[in-house]
Amino acid sequence: MRIRAQASGDKATVRVLMSHEMESGQRKDAAGKLVPAWYIQEVTASLNGKQVLAAEWGPAVSKNPFMQFAIKGAKAGDKVAVTWKDNKGDTRTDEATVS
Amino acid sequence: MQTRRETLKQSAVVAGLLATAGFPQFAQAAFNKVAFDAKSVQDAAKAAGAASLAESKDVTITGPDIAENGAVVPLGASTTLAGVKQLLVLVEKNPAALVALFHVSDSIEANFATRAKMGQSSDVYAVAIMADGKAFFAKKEVKVTLGGCGG
Repeated sequence: MRIRAQASGDKATVRVLMSHEMESGQRKDAAGKLVPAWYIQEVTASLNGKQVLAAEWGPAVSKNPFMQFAIKGAKAGDKVAVTWKDNKGDTRTDEATVS
Repeated sequence: MQTRRETLKQSAVVAGLLATAGFPQFAQAAFNKVAFDAKSVQDAAKAAGAASLAESKDVTITGPDIAENGAVVPLGASTTLAGVKQLLVLVEKNPAALVALFHVSDSIEANFATRAKMGQSSDVYAVAIMADGKAFFAKKEVKVTLGGCGG
């Protein structure tokens, strides 16, 4: 996961690029069988350990998803952590420092 | 630049924090399967807790007029309304309309951007759901020249 958090004024803009297949469950493989859905369902973000954002995603979010949001009151040096969980139960957390 | 080792260490700390602290504020944030299975914009909004749906100038949806590649369509949703609880991004003609649902808290701006897959040209919606169940939407047409679903 690549996280960029940039402070501007009284907020910090966070851009996250995750690495995930985001299989929609609509596609068929060469044998004509449906490829089972495999996508990120829950995304959370926290600032200095306190959760500030929860999001739910469907399979219609693009492969290797991008997300942008802004945290109020975040300053340079604060820690932003982003966690995702997919429908197979896999999860990943990454952290970045606001610059 | 962080080394991989540092990143891993920090990740473990954060994961520990998440596991122990618990966040009552987001206790309702379990995956809303009904909303994501809904076929139409109205059904999805209703499943997310919207009682009424009205068009509003205070809600904005951003996206391209023409998307060359339906697999990656940049969409943004934002609102200036106070007291918004959830912000939804929907694509009307996708197999399931709801793309993403963001829970808005006091410490976050009601302004999100992500990328969505679109099967065909369609109207895209941003829906803001208030604490009292009122919902406001904005829509925009996006033409797709190459579909992102199926194959």
